Amino acid sequence: MIKLEKEVINVKRLIELIVNGMSYEIAVDTHRTLLEVLRDNLGFTGTKNGCDQGECGSCTVLIDGRAVHSCLTLAMDAQGKNIETIEGLSEGEKLHPIQQSFVDHGAIQCGFCTPGMIMSSKGLLDKNPSPTEDEIKRGISGNLCRCTGYVKIVDAIKAVEGR
Amino acid sequence: MGFSVIGKSLPRKDDPLRATGKAKFTADFFLPGMLYGKILRSPYPHARILNIDTTKAERLSGVKKVVTGKDTLGIKFGVTGFIPPSFDEYALAIEKVRYIGDEVAAVAAISEEIAEEALDLIEVEYEQLPAVFDPIEAMKPGAPEIHDLEHVKNNISLYVDRNFGDVEKAFKDADYVREDEFYCQPVDHAPMEAHVSLADYDVSGKLTLWTSTQSPYYVHKHLERTLGLKESQIRVIKPYTGGGFGDRAGGMSACEFCAALLSIKTGRPVRISYTREEETSTSPRRHPMKVYLKSGVKKDGTLLASHYKLFADTGAYNNYGCVSINIPIEAMTVTYRVPSVRYEGYLVYTNTQPSGAMRGHAHNQPSFALDTQLDLIAEELGIDPIDIRIKNARQEYETSCSKIIVGSCGFTRCLEQSRDLSDWNNRKKKQKQGRGIGVGTMSFASGAAFNFFGAPSGYSAATVRLLDDGTVTVLTGASDIGQGSDGTLSMIAAEELGVSMNDIRIISADTELTPVDYGSYSSRVTMFAGNAVKSAASDAKMQLFETVAKKLEANIEDLEAKDRRIYVKGSIEKGMSFAEAICETMAANKMMPVIGKGNYNPHVQFNMLTGEGNCTPAYSFASYVAEVEVDKETGVVKVPYLVAAHDCGRAINPTRVEGQLEGSVQMGLGHALMEELVMDKGLVLNSSFLDYKFPTALEMPSIKSVVVEAPDPHGPFGAKESGEGTTIPVVPSIGNAIYDAIGVRLKEMPFTPEKILKALEEKEKRT
Ligand code: FES
Ligand code: FES
Repeated sequence: MIKLEKEVINVKRLIELIVNGMSYEIAVDTHRTLLEVLRDNLGFTGTKNGCDQGECGSCTVLIDGRAVHSCLTLAMDAQGKNIETIEGLSEGEKLHPIQQSFVDHGAIQCGFCTPGMIMSSKGLLDKNPSPTEDEIKRGISGNLCRCTGYVKIVDAIKAVEGR
Repeated sequence: MGFSVIGKSLPRKDDPLRATGKAKFTADFFLPGMLYGKILRSPYPHARILNIDTTKAERLSGVKKVVTGKDTLGIKFGVTGFIPPSFDEYALAIEKVRYIGDEVAAVAAISEEIAEEALDLIEVEYEQLPAVFDPIEAMKPGAPEIHDLEHVKNNISLYVDRNFGDVEKAFKDADYVREDEFYCQPVDHAPMEAHVSLADYDVSGKLTLWTSTQSPYYVHKHLERTLGLKESQIRVIKPYTGGGFGDRAGGMSACEFCAALLSIKTGRPVRISYTREEETSTSPRRHPMKVYLKSGVKKDGTLLASHYKLFADTGAYNNYGCVSINIPIEAMTVTYRVPSVRYEGYLVYTNTQPSGAMRGHAHNQPSFALDTQLDLIAEELGIDPIDIRIKNARQEYETSCSKIIVGSCGFTRCLEQSRDLSDWNNRKKKQKQGRGIGVGTMSFASGAAFNFFGAPSGYSAATVRLLDDGTVTVLTGASDIGQGSDGTLSMIAAEELGVSMNDIRIISADTELTPVDYGSYSSRVTMFAGNAVKSAASDAKMQLFETVAKKLEANIEDLEAKDRRIYVKGSIEKGMSFAEAICETMAANKMMPVIGKGNYNPHVQFNMLTGEGNCTPAYSFASYVAEVEVDKETGVVKVPYLVAAHDCGRAINPTRVEGQLEGSVQMGLGHALMEELVMDKGLVLNSSFLDYKFPTALEMPSIKSVVVEAPDPHGPFGAKESGEGTTIPVVPSIGNAIYDAIGVRLKEMPFTPEKILKALEEKEKRT
């Protein structure tokens, strides 16, 4: 006889998430964060978990164009909104200009902070295509990087083509 | 020198994967049937375990397994197997816990929440024991005994007393002698990716472990020993890893062991991810140290003698400690030409989080003391701080009083460059109120030639496979943890073979596939793995040369590999394409694959008994000048500008070297001004990023980095280390600049606003 093991222990709700222009209908526990759902349910593992507490910016995604910490956002609250993750930026082999600039300027060391950093940069540049150095630093000040000292990241953002 | 690839700032081939989120880190793997593990940790700093009852936890629906020390073989591990005393730690506690966070049990369940809930249901009966948190207290007679080990008295795990030269006489000969006391705080590595391990033990009895490590081979070896498996039963894979800085160079973590054990016990894949709190408060930190330094000089500033006493708090376990207490000799005797040094080092157990290796390993602390004291001496003698350093600066190919043969050395040039580019002479004269500049320096080993497991050396091996389309596969056990070794090693292979970096595919760090390399620690990768890859590439190239020489009826010595061709030097048309040469070589050898083998095993002689001799073939050097702005009202220090001049032998990839410098400045800045693990009776109070702050983009100075090249004959294409020693000069340069700005001397790190205000107040009282 097969002994069934039940994994469902919390209340689930059927929600619709629009990620990178695709609509996903999924049943999620009401207390799940957007970060968990993106990574564990939808397989968008490009978005990273560095602290799970809203302190490091590794989990940054854009919701309706605004950079947010997905570890502090409930999946339920992102329903119907336009969610952009790092996976949505490139087209095939062609990198988004911000991604290309990060590669070209040596702005990537371990790469763990990179997806969040790039999403914050995109949020910034979409609103303000020619930020000053100070505005760039402010724009990424919620994103921690332990490897680069941010110098090459700031250079990369400054040099994004067609911004 | 006519390089094709070396010296170019090329991105790694897989950087686009990192930029697009496609690079898979350990936490990005989801295996069918995967369970989630959690570790139960001791709430007490020191206690005896009387009983552990796991029944309730096991009954919780969704829990698959609970393990405790009883489920293990009870084999101790650590980092250093070759210096007694060494292994002193159980992956899961047996009988005793020795710090808040010590691992007591582990659970595997169908979700992280259930595993977490199960931890609460494990009933542990403890008998609390008196605890001690300060190394000086721990050494006093009657202090609680943390380890019941024969060689450990008064909690001193290791004491070294080294004497180089005639120290007593030198102090007598000195015109000026001074003594100072310094303190370096505990800090966290804080890699952005916390420890994470995924273990999969299959029905054939094979254990595969994906883990965020700097040293997959050490993990492999430790798993073998502590789990009682055969070498061939284990495969350790290092996927993309989010930084390290020494945090995961320590052989094996409880994260790795527990994931493996739980997978063996359940027959299912098990992943354990540390929370940020666990990462900060239980994985190794930098050794907090008290440093006493007495130095004697002549009137003209010539250093005659130093006497160091170091009290290093190793926490509850040795981890790297037995190495840490031996290697400061390099910092004490290599950077400056001091003819006599006495060094007494105490490695002391306390009931706190264990300490380990961290970027600049055990050099930052004595260097902070020396660089600060040199400024104090210079002031007393009326000598400029940079002049006194140039006067005593190490020169190339000298032998230190500790019998270290120093190789290439561009230290004086570093000092001069940092002086000139910072406009030192002018700024020293006319500084604005509250502004100041200061200098800090270092020398650092390009990799320790030790193997911490007792093998004869810390060698590195590599293989290079040439494919018939002219592309190349490099297999190396070196771990790219962000520093960029995959790129550096690809460039070295490309240069040696005369192909483009794009032709190189690198497979790194999989103990089933890649040749042995002990990992990314002691800043060894460019020197060790770099030389191994270079020699493997050269071996493969020679095989091609043999075929080509026969075909062309030319001498092997006259051939050259360049621009994807092999040809007779000087006449590019007399030759064939690289791909053709590979096909011809295979055809000439019954279609045998063309594989080059290489290794690097430097002949260095370190005397364990006296502490004399080299641990490494070459040293890097640096001099930084920092400018600070101190607000006397608030005590807040800002660092607007910093010049970093670094002799890394040769910059294989200048952008990467700059990246290492910039990252080091950021880390050093954090250590100088804001970072400290704050503890109350062994409990880490600031284990989140909210409370443990390190610099964001806003705090960063504008950095002028200068690469001073002093190519070393031992280094691949002359390269030495870059990236570890580079943290060392930051703190003293800032400390010295603060003194220059406001006239207060801080000997305790970090230089927080409170300490600055207090020092200013005291200064006021004195005058
Ligand atoms: S993981 Fe969301 S801010 Fe750190
Ligand atoms: S590149 Fe490693 S954390 Fe930013």
